[in-house]
Amino acid sequence: MSAEVRPVEDGPGFRLSAGLRSALPVIVFLLVGFAAPLLAVIGFSFMPPRTFGLGHPPTFENYVTLFDSTNYISLLWSLGMATATVLILIAVSYPVAYGLVRVFGRWSTLVTLLFVIPLFVSENVRLYGWVLFLIKNGVLLGTLKTLFGIEADSMLFTTAAILLGMVYVYLPFMLFPLTLGISMVPNDAREAASDLGASRWQVFREVELPLSTPGLIIGCLLTFVLAVGAIAEYKVLGGQQVIPITHDIEIAFTYAQNWPLGAALAVLLMLIVGVLVLVALWRFDLDRFLGRR
Amino acid sequence: MAGEGPILTLRSLTKSFGAHSAVDHVDLEIREGEMFTIVGPSGSGKTTLLRMLAGMETPTAGDIILRGARINDIPANKRPTCMVFQSLALFPHKSVGDNIEFALKIRGVPRAERKRRAVDLMRMLRLPDHYYGRAPNRISGGERQRVALARALAFDPEILFFDEPLSALDYKLRKTLEKELKDIHRETRKTFVYITHSLEEAMVMSDRIGVMRDGKLVQIGTPHEIYTAPNSKFVSEFIGDVNVVPVSVLGSGRLKAPHVPHEMAAPPAMNGVGESGFLVVRPEFLRFLDSPGDADNHVVGRLYNEYALGSRIQYQVRVGELVFVLEKLRHEAFTGGLDQEVVIGWNAADSIVVPDR
Repeated sequence: MSAEVRPVEDGPGFRLSAGLRSALPVIVFLLVGFAAPLLAVIGFSFMPPRTFGLGHPPTFENYVTLFDSTNYISLLWSLGMATATVLILIAVSYPVAYGLVRVFGRWSTLVTLLFVIPLFVSENVRLYGWVLFLIKNGVLLGTLKTLFGIEADSMLFTTAAILLGMVYVYLPFMLFPLTLGISMVPNDAREAASDLGASRWQVFREVELPLSTPGLIIGCLLTFVLAVGAIAEYKVLGGQQVIPITHDIEIAFTYAQNWPLGAALAVLLMLIVGVLVLVALWRFDLDRFLGRR
Repeated sequence: MAGEGPILTLRSLTKSFGAHSAVDHVDLEIREGEMFTIVGPSGSGKTTLLRMLAGMETPTAGDIILRGARINDIPANKRPTCMVFQSLALFPHKSVGDNIEFALKIRGVPRAERKRRAVDLMRMLRLPDHYYGRAPNRISGGERQRVALARALAFDPEILFFDEPLSALDYKLRKTLEKELKDIHRETRKTFVYITHSLEEAMVMSDRIGVMRDGKLVQIGTPHEIYTAPNSKFVSEFIGDVNVVPVSVLGSGRLKAPHVPHEMAAPPAMNGVGESGFLVVRPEFLRFLDSPGDADNHVVGRLYNEYALGSRIQYQVRVGELVFVLEKLRHEAFTGGLDQEVVIGWNAADSIVVPDR
């Protein structure tokens, strides 16, 4: 009875909990792969212009340059085009998402596949596909010309073409959160609203739309962040019609060989997007929408 | 309490899913102002029936007639009826007040008037005023029940349907709300149509009960009629603990049951019973006898077990392979021990014989 079981004594000093030790590989990976590049960019934004090391005394010079330059025009274009993309995406995706959840029934899977399959093809390839479609004497205009003798100007290299490209590329990122949002609206809440006298439109406005808002917001945030960072659509479909902020950043890092300026631009973009996302998440408390709080 | 004419008439109402009829030629008249309960086991078609009455399901055949007008093809949002859902289906993104006011908002009632009516209903249903702005998920289950009822009452429906709204609550709360609901029925004098799988619940609340089985209404009557004169083995067993013994009818008022050596006296009325049927005796009509002659009928068996049911004690007596249950009030409890040979009996007038269906 007296066999004494003594706990294994820990040596003195620092000890990590089991959870933390298990998470260690991921933490290290995130620090090296995610935090370090980000910190490097932030660090570079405070270095003197046209330097290539992080050892110089920090300066705000790059940020001052930003406000004196014409970069703000690019920034406004990026934000404006992203906003327009998101708005168009809402208009296009909501009916499709609604159909996927409530109307298409067993065809839903097929329709979903049609939206997913293009994701397996590289974005650039798909955009060049659009170029062939829209270019003068291309698929669209060439067909029109041959069949109806209508000769229209090329639609390529216009703002509309860029928007078309962005809407096309980011559609799944709006559609699927939205589908999830709409499918989360309880069926009996819709029935109850109808039973209480609400017309179809009133059921939509009073019950379905507010209860699907979480999906809508997630979709908006996702597509907005992606669209602000877009560059290929501007290059491939837009020619040089519109210069987005991403293009300015690329130029600063490449041709201009001014890493600190590029870094400052990148930090500015991150700040703006970050603040927008945080404000959106705070303003539209997702739990509150679902009545969890 | 119930008025004169029928407010709702069902004629041969049928709902089929493929070859299966969930609701099979149901004929029913629901009277103005009554509380009518449709009771049946799960899968008996009661929910489908109610959903047709509320306009959420289209009948395959038959008619639904509300005050003389056929309403089969009128959608739920145009019917002057309203339903309290099993899940309650409160709008989670709207406050308690906005939930209650929903129907009024849809009709375009001004905000101040809406709020006045909502607060009136909340008071009638004993919901505190400060719940008005609260989220429905932040109040208790019983309170949510009242909000769902208030929301339906605010609609001011001609008929209020209930789809087992109390089934998710614990026993004690359910008992309280059953009585409250009956009080509210008295107060509002509206027609209530309630469905439940619990005949006990139906008994407490209803003016009349319809028992449903396999899509058909097998018996309609007052709780008293259903309890004392079930028309089938199914209905008599549905009420709860009851002694059901297969018997052959010998004619001249005599019955013969297996495992019982002697013939037994039949009850005076045996409607629709042929050569065989089921003898039904409620546990409270069975007694322990000092001598076999103390009642019209007796059987000799062995006291197998006893169960305390609160105010009553239930005894299980085995006679061959037959099992009888009888109940006594606690203060008249049987004093003998288990496994003892006992004589139990009942008077023929306290039993009934039902057909085998």
